[in-house]
Amino acid sequence: MPNNKKMYDKGKVVAGLCIFVVLITFPFWYNLGKAAPAPEPKLSDKAKAAKECVMPTAYMKAEHMQILNEWRDTVVREAKRIYVNPSGKKFNMSLSNTCLDCHVEKAEFCDKCHNYASVTPYCWDCHIDSKEAK
Amino acid sequence: MKSSRRSFLKIAGISALGIGAKPVLDVLASSGETKAPITMKREDALTAKRWGMVIDTRKLQSEEDLEPMIEVCDKIHNIPKFENPRHEIKWIWAEEFKHEFPMQEADFLDDRLKHMSFLTLCNHCEKPPCVRVCPTKATFKREDGIVLMDFHRCIGCRFCMAACPFGSRSFNFRDPRPFIEKTYPEFPTRTKGVVEKCNFCAERLAVGKIPACVEVSNGALTFGDLDDPESEVRQVLRKNYTIRRKPALGTGPSVFYIV
Repeated sequence: MPNNKKMYDKGKVVAGLCIFVVLITFPFWYNLGKAAPAPEPKLSDKAKAAKECVMPTAYMKAEHMQILNEWRDTVVREAKRIYVNPSGKKFNMSLSNTCLDCHVEKAEFCDKCHNYASVTPYCWDCHIDSKEAK
Repeated sequence: MKSSRRSFLKIAGISALGIGAKPVLDVLASSGETKAPITMKREDALTAKRWGMVIDTRKLQSEEDLEPMIEVCDKIHNIPKFENPRHEIKWIWAEEFKHEFPMQEADFLDDRLKHMSFLTLCNHCEKPPCVRVCPTKATFKREDGIVLMDFHRCIGCRFCMAACPFGSRSFNFRDPRPFIEKTYPEFPTRTKGVVEKCNFCAERLAVGKIPACVEVSNGALTFGDLDDPESEVRQVLRKNYTIRRKPALGTGPSVFYIV
Protein backbone atom coordinates (compact mmCIF):
# COMPACT_ATOMS: atom_id res chain seq x y z
CA MET A 1 0.00 0.00 0.00
CA PRO A 2 1.28 3.43 -0.79
CA ASN A 3 1.89 5.65 2.17
CA ASN A 4 -0.84 8.24 1.74
CA LYS A 5 -0.74 9.39 5.39
CA LYS A 6 1.81 12.02 4.63
CA MET A 7 1.23 15.27 6.46
CA TYR A 8 1.21 18.38 4.35
CA ASP A 9 2.70 21.63 5.62
CA LYS A 10 4.05 19.84 8.65
CA GLY A 11 6.19 22.71 9.83
CA LYS A 12 3.43 25.29 9.70
CA VAL A 13 0.87 23.02 11.39
CA VAL A 14 3.16 22.07 14.26
CA ALA A 15 4.25 25.65 14.78
CA GLY A 16 0.64 26.79 14.71
CA LEU A 17 -0.33 24.13 17.23
CA CYS A 18 2.51 25.20 19.52
CA ILE A 19 1.42 28.84 19.37
CA PHE A 20 -2.20 27.80 20.00
CA VAL A 21 -1.29 25.77 23.08
CA VAL A 22 0.86 28.57 24.46
CA LEU A 23 -1.89 31.13 23.94
CA ILE A 24 -4.65 29.01 25.45
CA THR A 25 -2.63 28.24 28.57
CA PHE A 26 -1.37 31.80 28.86
CA PRO A 27 -3.66 32.80 31.76
CA PHE A 28 -2.58 29.78 33.77
CA TRP A 29 1.17 30.20 33.62
CA TYR A 30 1.04 33.97 33.59
CA ASN A 31 -0.80 33.99 36.91
CA LEU A 32 1.17 31.10 38.37
CA GLY A 33 1.97 31.76 42.00
CA LYS A 34 0.12 35.06 41.95
CA ALA A 35 -3.13 33.75 43.52
CA ALA A 36 -4.65 36.30 45.85
CA PRO A 37 -4.14 35.14 49.43
CA ALA A 38 -7.24 34.06 51.32
CA PRO A 39 -8.43 37.07 53.29
CA GLU A 40 -8.25 37.10 57.04
CA PRO A 41 -11.43 38.73 58.36
CA LYS A 42 -10.54 41.28 60.96
CA LEU A 43 -12.15 40.74 64.33
CA SER A 44 -13.28 43.81 66.20
CA ASP A 45 -12.11 44.30 69.78
CA LYS A 46 -15.52 43.38 71.07
CA ALA A 47 -15.55 40.14 69.11
CA LYS A 48 -12.05 39.31 70.30
CA ALA A 49 -13.05 39.92 73.90
CA ALA A 50 -16.07 37.65 73.54
CA LYS A 51 -13.74 34.84 72.37
CA GLU A 52 -16.52 32.66 71.04
CA CYS A 53 -19.37 33.49 68.69
CA VAL A 54 -22.87 32.04 68.90
CA MET A 55 -21.39 28.66 67.96
CA PRO A 56 -17.75 27.49 67.77
CA THR A 57 -15.62 29.39 65.26
CA ALA A 58 -15.14 26.51 62.82
CA TYR A 59 -18.88 25.94 62.71
CA MET A 60 -19.57 29.64 62.20
CA LYS A 61 -17.08 29.83 59.35
CA ALA A 62 -18.74 27.00 57.50
CA GLU A 63 -22.38 27.29 58.52
CA HIS A 64 -23.16 30.93 59.37
CA MET A 65 -25.52 31.18 56.41
CA GLN A 66 -27.52 28.19 57.59
CA ILE A 67 -27.73 29.68 61.07
CA LEU A 68 -28.90 32.99 59.63
CA ASN A 69 -31.55 31.22 57.58
CA GLU A 70 -32.77 29.38 60.65
CA TRP A 71 -32.80 32.60 62.60
CA ARG A 72 -34.85 34.43 60.04
CA ASP A 73 -37.44 31.66 59.86
CA THR A 74 -37.80 31.27 63.61
CA VAL A 75 -38.02 35.02 64.17
CA VAL A 76 -40.44 35.79 61.36
CA ARG A 77 -42.53 32.63 61.31
CA GLU A 78 -42.51 31.43 64.92
CA ALA A 79 -42.06 34.78 66.65
CA LYS A 80 -39.24 33.32 68.72
CA ARG A 81 -36.35 35.70 69.17
CA ILE A 82 -34.07 34.07 71.70
CA TYR A 83 -31.38 31.61 70.69
CA VAL A 84 -29.79 29.48 73.40
CA ASN A 85 -26.52 27.96 72.25
CA PRO A 86 -25.26 24.59 73.55
CA SER A 87 -23.31 26.26 76.33
CA GLY A 88 -26.50 27.91 77.56
CA LYS A 89 -25.77 31.47 76.48
CA LYS A 90 -28.73 33.49 75.19
CA PHE A 91 -28.71 35.66 72.09
CA ASN A 92 -31.26 37.90 70.44
CA MET A 93 -31.61 36.56 66.91
CA SER A 94 -30.89 39.69 64.90
CA LEU A 95 -28.43 40.26 62.11
CA SER A 96 -28.26 44.03 62.47
CA ASN A 97 -28.44 44.19 66.23
CA THR A 98 -26.65 41.07 67.45
CA CYS A 99 -24.17 39.98 64.78
CA LEU A 100 -23.18 43.51 63.84
CA ASP A 101 -23.12 44.59 67.45
CA CYS A 102 -20.01 42.46 67.91
CA HIS A 103 -18.68 42.40 64.37
CA VAL A 104 -18.83 46.15 64.17
CA GLU A 105 -16.90 46.53 60.94
CA LYS A 106 -18.99 44.88 58.27
CA ALA A 107 -16.49 45.93 55.59
CA GLU A 108 -13.61 44.31 57.45
CA PHE A 109 -15.49 41.21 58.48
CA CYS A 110 -18.35 40.15 56.20
CA ASP A 111 -17.38 41.87 53.00
CA LYS A 112 -13.75 40.77 52.98
CA CYS A 113 -14.55 37.09 52.53
CA HIS A 114 -17.68 37.64 50.51
CA ASN A 115 -15.77 39.72 47.99
CA TYR A 116 -12.97 37.15 47.83
CA ALA A 117 -15.43 34.31 47.28
CA SER A 118 -17.41 36.48 44.89
CA VAL A 119 -20.69 35.99 46.71
CA THR A 120 -23.16 38.84 47.05
CA PRO A 121 -25.67 38.00 49.75
CA TYR A 122 -28.61 40.38 49.60
CA CYS A 123 -28.92 40.68 53.38
CA TRP A 124 -27.83 44.29 53.27
CA ASP A 125 -30.43 45.37 50.75
CA CYS A 126 -32.79 45.52 53.70
CA HIS A 127 -30.90 44.89 56.92
CA ILE A 128 -29.15 47.93 58.16
CA ASP A 129 -25.48 48.33 58.87
CA SER A 130 -25.91 51.16 61.32
CA LYS A 131 -22.43 52.41 60.52
CA GLU A 132 -23.26 52.87 56.86
CA ALA A 133 -26.63 54.40 57.68
CA LYS A 134 -25.05 57.23 59.65
CA MET B 1 -10.78 -31.65 72.21
CA LYS B 2 -14.19 -31.36 70.62
CA SER B 3 -15.74 -29.69 73.65
CA SER B 4 -12.86 -27.25 74.03
CA ARG B 5 -13.20 -26.04 70.44
CA ARG B 6 -16.89 -25.48 71.06
CA SER B 7 -16.29 -23.51 74.20
CA PHE B 8 -13.56 -21.49 72.46
CA LEU B 9 -15.98 -20.45 69.76
CA LYS B 10 -18.59 -19.52 72.36
CA ILE B 11 -16.17 -17.33 74.28
CA ALA B 12 -14.83 -15.79 71.08
CA GLY B 13 -18.37 -14.96 69.94
CA ILE B 14 -19.35 -13.37 73.20
CA SER B 15 -16.20 -11.28 73.41
CA ALA B 16 -16.65 -10.15 69.80
CA LEU B 17 -20.15 -9.00 70.72
CA GLY B 18 -18.81 -7.18 73.74
CA ILE B 19 -16.14 -5.36 71.74
CA GLY B 20 -18.68 -4.44 69.07
CA ALA B 21 -21.17 -3.15 71.61
CA LYS B 22 -18.76 -0.76 73.31
CA PRO B 23 -18.57 1.93 70.59
CA VAL B 24 -22.33 1.73 70.06
CA LEU B 25 -22.95 2.29 73.73
CA ASP B 26 -20.44 5.15 73.75
CA VAL B 27 -22.27 6.90 70.94
CA LEU B 28 -25.62 6.42 72.66
CA ALA B 29 -24.25 7.76 75.92
CA SER B 30 -22.66 10.82 74.34
CA SER B 31 -25.65 11.70 72.16
CA GLY B 32 -27.62 12.38 75.30
CA GLU B 33 -25.00 14.86 76.48
CA THR B 34 -24.47 17.10 73.43
CA LYS B 35 -27.12 19.77 73.47
CA ALA B 36 -28.65 21.22 70.37
CA PRO B 37 -29.28 24.95 70.36
CA ILE B 38 -32.78 25.93 71.44
CA THR B 39 -34.93 28.83 70.30
CA MET B 40 -37.60 30.44 72.39
CA LYS B 41 -39.74 33.48 72.97
CA ARG B 42 -38.69 36.19 75.33
CA GLU B 43 -40.33 35.90 78.70
CA ASP B 44 -41.87 39.35 78.44
CA ALA B 45 -43.31 38.77 74.96
CA LEU B 46 -46.99 39.67 74.68
CA THR B 47 -49.17 36.80 73.47
CA ALA B 48 -52.82 36.42 72.54
CA LYS B 49 -55.17 34.18 70.63
CA ARG B 50 -56.35 36.95 68.35
CA TRP B 51 -54.94 40.43 68.51
CA GLY B 52 -57.38 43.21 67.78
CA MET B 53 -57.75 46.95 67.98
CA VAL B 54 -60.52 49.41 68.73
CA ILE B 55 -60.24 52.94 67.35
CA ASP B 56 -62.28 55.51 69.22
CA THR B 57 -62.88 58.08 66.52
CA ARG B 58 -64.59 60.40 69.01
CA LYS B 59 -61.14 61.11 70.42
CA LEU B 60 -59.57 61.61 66.98
CA GLN B 61 -61.45 64.51 65.45
CA SER B 62 -59.03 66.07 63.01
CA GLU B 63 -56.18 64.95 60.85
CA GLU B 64 -53.76 66.56 63.29
CA ASP B 65 -54.90 64.12 65.94
CA LEU B 66 -53.85 61.24 63.71
CA GLU B 67 -50.45 62.65 62.92
CA PRO B 68 -48.48 61.47 65.95
CA MET B 69 -49.57 57.87 65.34
CA ILE B 70 -48.73 57.96 61.65
CA GLU B 71 -45.45 59.68 62.37
CA VAL B 72 -44.24 57.20 64.97
CA CYS B 73 -45.10 54.27 62.72
CA ASP B 74 -43.29 55.80 59.75
CA LYS B 75 -40.27 56.41 61.92
CA ILE B 76 -39.85 53.02 63.57
CA HIS B 77 -40.62 51.03 60.42
CA ASN B 78 -38.36 52.97 58.06
CA ILE B 79 -41.21 53.98 55.78
CA PRO B 80 -40.00 56.07 52.85
CA LYS B 81 -41.62 59.32 51.73
CA PHE B 82 -42.06 59.43 47.97
CA GLU B 83 -43.18 62.55 46.19
CA ASN B 84 -45.05 60.60 43.54
CA PRO B 85 -48.34 59.52 45.15
CA ARG B 86 -48.39 56.40 43.01
CA HIS B 87 -45.26 55.19 44.76
CA GLU B 88 -46.61 55.91 48.22
CA ILE B 89 -45.87 53.37 50.95
CA LYS B 90 -48.44 53.38 53.71
CA TRP B 91 -48.85 51.27 56.80
CA ILE B 92 -51.20 53.57 58.67
CA TRP B 93 -52.90 56.55 57.14
CA ALA B 94 -55.94 58.85 57.14
CA GLU B 95 -59.04 58.19 55.06
CA GLU B 96 -62.43 59.89 54.79
CA PHE B 97 -65.72 58.21 55.65
CA LYS B 98 -66.90 57.41 52.12
CA HIS B 99 -63.67 55.55 51.40
CA GLU B 100 -63.35 54.04 54.82
CA PHE B 101 -66.88 52.64 55.03
CA PRO B 102 -68.34 52.37 51.54
CA MET B 103 -71.87 50.93 51.52
CA GLN B 104 -72.30 52.06 55.10
CA GLU B 105 -72.99 55.66 54.11
CA ALA B 106 -76.30 57.06 55.17
CA ASP B 107 -78.06 59.42 52.78
CA PHE B 108 -77.71 62.34 55.13
CA LEU B 109 -74.53 61.61 56.99
CA ASP B 110 -73.83 63.97 59.84
CA ASP B 111 -71.26 66.67 59.23
CA ARG B 112 -68.82 65.44 61.80
CA LEU B 113 -68.39 62.04 60.16
CA LYS B 114 -68.61 63.36 56.64
CA HIS B 115 -65.52 65.51 56.96
CA MET B 116 -63.59 63.47 59.47
CA SER B 117 -60.33 61.61 58.93
CA PHE B 118 -60.31 57.99 59.99
CA LEU B 119 -57.21 56.16 61.03
CA THR B 120 -56.70 53.28 58.61
CA LEU B 121 -54.38 50.31 58.83
CA CYS B 122 -54.26 46.62 57.97
CA ASN B 123 -57.28 44.91 59.50
CA HIS B 124 -55.46 41.66 60.29
CA CYS B 125 -58.51 39.79 59.09
CA GLU B 126 -59.72 36.56 60.55
CA LYS B 127 -59.93 35.12 57.02
CA PRO B 128 -57.32 37.14 55.17
CA PRO B 129 -57.73 36.99 51.39
CA CYS B 130 -54.15 38.17 50.92
CA VAL B 131 -52.90 35.01 52.60
CA ARG B 132 -55.02 32.81 50.35
CA VAL B 133 -53.62 34.25 47.16
CA CYS B 134 -49.95 34.51 48.08
CA PRO B 135 -48.14 31.98 45.88
CA THR B 136 -45.00 31.82 48.03
CA LYS B 137 -46.56 31.93 51.50
CA ALA B 138 -44.71 35.15 52.10
CA THR B 139 -47.89 36.47 53.69
CA PHE B 140 -49.20 34.24 56.40
CA LYS B 141 -51.43 34.35 59.45
CA ARG B 142 -49.71 33.81 62.74
CA GLU B 143 -51.21 31.85 65.60
CA ASP B 144 -52.00 35.08 67.39
CA GLY B 145 -54.07 36.37 64.47
CA ILE B 146 -51.52 38.78 63.06
CA VAL B 147 -51.31 38.71 59.28
CA LEU B 148 -47.61 39.03 58.75
CA MET B 149 -45.26 39.35 55.80
CA ASP B 150 -41.99 37.57 55.37
CA PHE B 151 -40.22 40.07 53.15
CA HIS B 152 -37.54 37.48 52.40
CA ARG B 153 -40.04 35.38 50.51
CA CYS B 154 -42.04 38.06 48.73
CA ILE B 155 -41.53 37.91 44.99
CA GLY B 156 -43.53 41.06 44.32
CA CYS B 157 -46.32 39.47 42.29
CA ARG B 158 -48.85 41.80 43.99
CA PHE B 159 -51.64 39.21 44.07
CA CYS B 160 -52.13 40.20 47.71
CA MET B 161 -52.63 43.82 46.73
CA ALA B 162 -55.35 42.78 44.33
CA ALA B 163 -56.92 40.53 46.94
CA CYS B 164 -56.93 42.97 49.84
CA PRO B 165 -60.25 44.86 49.79
CA PHE B 166 -58.91 47.53 52.13
CA GLY B 167 -55.94 48.84 50.17
CA SER B 168 -53.71 48.09 53.11
CA ARG B 169 -50.75 47.02 51.03
CA SER B 170 -48.12 49.01 49.20
CA PHE B 171 -45.58 47.98 46.63
CA ASN B 172 -42.00 49.18 46.46
CA PHE B 173 -41.73 50.39 42.89
CA ARG B 174 -38.25 51.69 43.60
CA ASP B 175 -35.51 51.32 46.16
CA PRO B 176 -36.95 52.92 49.28
CA ARG B 177 -33.65 53.55 51.03
CA PRO B 178 -32.77 56.98 49.62
CA PHE B 179 -36.25 58.20 50.58
CA ILE B 180 -36.10 57.33 54.25
CA GLU B 181 -35.54 60.49 56.24
CA LYS B 182 -33.72 58.89 59.12
CA THR B 183 -33.03 55.19 59.23
CA TYR B 184 -34.16 53.43 62.35
CA PRO B 185 -31.54 50.74 62.92
CA GLU B 186 -33.71 48.32 64.88
CA PHE B 187 -36.01 47.54 61.97
CA PRO B 188 -34.94 46.56 58.46
CA THR B 189 -35.84 48.60 55.42
CA ARG B 190 -37.42 46.93 52.42
CA THR B 191 -36.07 46.52 48.97
CA LYS B 192 -37.38 47.28 45.51
CA GLY B 193 -39.97 44.74 44.37
CA VAL B 194 -41.58 43.67 47.64
CA VAL B 195 -44.99 44.42 49.08
CA GLU B 196 -45.34 45.72 52.60
CA LYS B 197 -48.01 46.59 55.15
CA CYS B 198 -48.74 47.11 58.83
CA ASN B 199 -47.48 44.26 61.01
CA PHE B 200 -49.35 45.20 64.23
CA CYS B 201 -45.86 45.93 65.56
CA ALA B 202 -45.02 42.23 65.80
CA GLU B 203 -41.42 43.20 66.56
CA ARG B 204 -42.59 45.24 69.56
CA LEU B 205 -45.01 42.60 70.85
CA ALA B 206 -42.09 40.17 70.87
CA VAL B 207 -40.26 42.35 73.36
CA GLY B 208 -43.27 43.10 75.52
CA LYS B 209 -44.35 46.44 74.07
CA ILE B 210 -47.74 47.37 72.68
CA PRO B 211 -47.93 48.75 69.13
CA ALA B 212 -46.37 52.18 68.75
CA CYS B 213 -49.55 53.85 67.46
CA VAL B 214 -51.48 52.63 70.50
CA GLU B 215 -48.74 53.87 72.79
CA VAL B 216 -48.88 57.45 71.48
CA SER B 217 -52.68 57.56 71.04
CA ASN B 218 -53.55 58.89 74.51
CA GLY B 219 -56.17 56.21 74.93
CA ALA B 220 -57.89 56.67 71.58
CA LEU B 221 -56.69 53.25 70.47
CA THR B 222 -57.18 50.10 72.50
CA PHE B 223 -55.21 46.98 71.72
CA GLY B 224 -55.66 43.50 73.12
CA ASP B 225 -56.82 39.93 72.82
CA LEU B 226 -60.22 39.64 71.14
CA ASP B 227 -60.44 36.05 72.31
CA ASP B 228 -60.22 36.94 75.98
CA PRO B 229 -63.59 38.21 77.30
CA GLU B 230 -61.82 40.01 80.14
CA SER B 231 -59.36 41.92 77.97
CA GLU B 232 -59.46 45.68 77.61
CA VAL B 233 -60.58 45.59 73.97
CA ARG B 234 -63.45 43.33 74.80
CA GLN B 235 -64.51 45.64 77.64
CA VAL B 236 -64.49 48.57 75.23
CA LEU B 237 -66.37 46.56 72.60
CA ARG B 238 -68.97 45.54 75.15
CA LYS B 239 -69.68 49.13 76.14
CA ASN B 240 -69.66 50.78 72.70
CA TYR B 241 -71.30 50.30 69.35
CA THR B 242 -68.56 49.62 66.82
CA ILE B 243 -68.39 49.13 63.08
CA ARG B 244 -65.83 47.43 60.88
CA ARG B 245 -64.71 48.10 57.33
CA LYS B 246 -66.62 46.23 54.60
CA PRO B 247 -68.08 43.59 56.92
CA ALA B 248 -70.18 42.08 54.11
CA LEU B 249 -67.05 40.68 52.46
CA GLY B 250 -66.65 38.28 55.34
CA THR B 251 -62.95 38.74 55.87
CA GLY B 252 -63.53 39.39 59.57
CA PRO B 253 -61.45 42.50 60.29
CA SER B 254 -59.85 42.72 63.72
CA VAL B 255 -59.90 46.52 63.74
CA PHE B 256 -63.07 48.08 65.14
CA TYR B 257 -64.23 51.68 64.96
CA ILE B 258 -66.36 53.52 67.51
CA VAL B 259 -68.07 56.22 65.46
